Amino acid sequence: MFGALRYHLGKSPLLQVAVYLGPFVLFPILDRNAYHVDVLTNVAIYVILAMGLNVVIGFAGLLNLGYAAFFAIGAYTYALLNLHTGCPFWAGLPAAGTVAMLFGFLIAVPSIRVRGDYLAITTLGFGEIVRILFNNLDTWTGGPNGLLGIDRPTFFGYRFSVSPVPYFYLALVLAAVIAYLLFRLSDSKIGRALVAIREDELAAKCMGVPALRIKLYAFGLSSFIAGLAGAVFASKQTIVTPDSFDFVLSVLILAMVVLGGMGNIWGSALGALVLGTLPEILRGFAGYRMLIFGLLMILMMIFRPQGMLGGALIRRELRPRHREPRDGPA
Amino acid sequence: MSAALELFLQQLFNGLTIGMVYALIALGYTMVYGVIQLINFAHGEVFMVGAFLGLSVLLAFGSLWAAAPLVVVLAAVFVVSVAGSAALGAAIERVAYKPLRGSPKLTALITSIGVSFFLQNAVMLIFGSKEQSVPDVLPPVFFQLGPVSLSLVQLVIFAVSLAFMVSLTWFVKNTRPGKAMRALAEDPDAARLMGISVDAMIRMTFVLGSALAAVAGSLFSLYYGSVNFHDGYLAGLKAFTAAVFGGIGSIPGAMLGGVLLGVFEALGAGYISSEWKDVFAFVLLGGVLIFKPSGLLGENLPEKV
Repeated sequence: MFGALRYHLGKSPLLQVAVYLGPFVLFPILDRNAYHVDVLTNVAIYVILAMGLNVVIGFAGLLNLGYAAFFAIGAYTYALLNLHTGCPFWAGLPAAGTVAMLFGFLIAVPSIRVRGDYLAITTLGFGEIVRILFNNLDTWTGGPNGLLGIDRPTFFGYRFSVSPVPYFYLALVLAAVIAYLLFRLSDSKIGRALVAIREDELAAKCMGVPALRIKLYAFGLSSFIAGLAGAVFASKQTIVTPDSFDFVLSVLILAMVVLGGMGNIWGSALGALVLGTLPEILRGFAGYRMLIFGLLMILMMIFRPQGMLGGALIRRELRPRHREPRDGPA
Repeated sequence: MSAALELFLQQLFNGLTIGMVYALIALGYTMVYGVIQLINFAHGEVFMVGAFLGLSVLLAFGSLWAAAPLVVVLAAVFVVSVAGSAALGAAIERVAYKPLRGSPKLTALITSIGVSFFLQNAVMLIFGSKEQSVPDVLPPVFFQLGPVSLSLVQLVIFAVSLAFMVSLTWFVKNTRPGKAMRALAEDPDAARLMGISVDAMIRMTFVLGSALAAVAGSLFSLYYGSVNFHDGYLAGLKAFTAAVFGGIGSIPGAMLGGVLLGVFEALGAGYISSEWKDVFAFVLLGGVLIFKPSGLLGENLPEKV
């Protein structure tokens, strides 16, 4: 029976989504502790972010070190639209994604054109600029105090309230939709082009793959997903402040993708689940948390670059290309 | 002389001072990038560790031998921070980057982020997350140079940075290991065939870069009078900008880029607003990438095939 399930799982992304994310539907019913549901809601937002960052890191093989900035742009876009125009959540959600995507293109175009690895540093700088902007532009963003009184969503007359349960379902459904679409993407022409670029960019270009444009698509899509997550986050918190979107968050999401396995969609989700719940389990180690994440990234890259779930393809890609001969006798 | 010109000259000299520090850090980025094409994110942290080592020496002198002559104190600060950071640089290379030679760029980049995060948090756990104030060892003496007043600290920064930059240039140009390093940057395979020990040269590049970062760290802490565990993050980011500005891989480029970035930042802070000081560097980075991606003195533009 398991053999058959495995066979069908491999064939159908929809079935995978149902099997892997479906059981979480029961969580708020089985565990009525509001705090636990709240933690898991944050984890679901992390899952969306990790899957989104994975598009840049795992699919395109580029590094975005300012991912929190795109999350922040999404959150502030929804907050500003809502506060100034009364824009409802369901219109603010795509708007947040779109604005984040536009900024993504703005940042990626100059650096990808020059050298792929410059993108890492431009995004790092961008993350810093965005935080400084939100902090200093007091008249629009409320400065360090942030924006408050953001509307909660309504769903066919049902108004979301303080209870985290509807937010949990919102984030879970969004994560499921994004996961499904990413699976469809990785099987599409663009997905195959991304694999080709990662494996050998020069060869891919020679075969007529527009490498630059495909990488930009990936970066834009990734920023779009972060923007969506930002809108969900803003509507859940009803307040956004610049310090929720610092460099530590960008690194945390990066660690999730790396731990789960770069290029693996479920890997990113698993990484988010593990690193999102770990601080709750290891309360006493709060001070060492970031130290451990740093160490984890180093050890993962050296000993298991494909992460917890990474497949054979990624493993082969991330292995050193050619063993260099040693200098002198070993 | 008009007040406007005086302000300009004063900001110019302040900018040159901090620019020297950026230049010293930028050298480490540019040398490592030249040799193994890695953006070493942990380099800013090596600078920060250097600053903390210098601070520890000052604190040790303060409690053990408060009457020590200034020259002895300064020499001890530089020797300890340089030695410690150079060892740290070599250790980082050995543990984190060497096993990944030949891997895709992405893996080494992620590892360097890991190293940077690890060092930042290790220092935070040891010294605490508060700003650490650095004892004033240099007397607050000021020299009038026409309309510009320069503090003793600034003069020390100029003298020490210039001395190190000149020695580095001489070393890379004239000595055997310097030539080997340049050969390696030019063509690693050919360099190996010529009998150059690639591993040893890469290690030496990290040691040199880290030593310069430690010098910069000590000067930085003397200048600002305080250090913090996340100082390396911003300083590293700016120094990388300086290296790209000057042309990554080019040693004179890193020096020029660092000094110009310092001046640019000081003038921006003086004339526009100091609140936006940290943004200028990134605006400059964006401008360089759009209009002159090879940098001021860089040559090799496209990604190596």
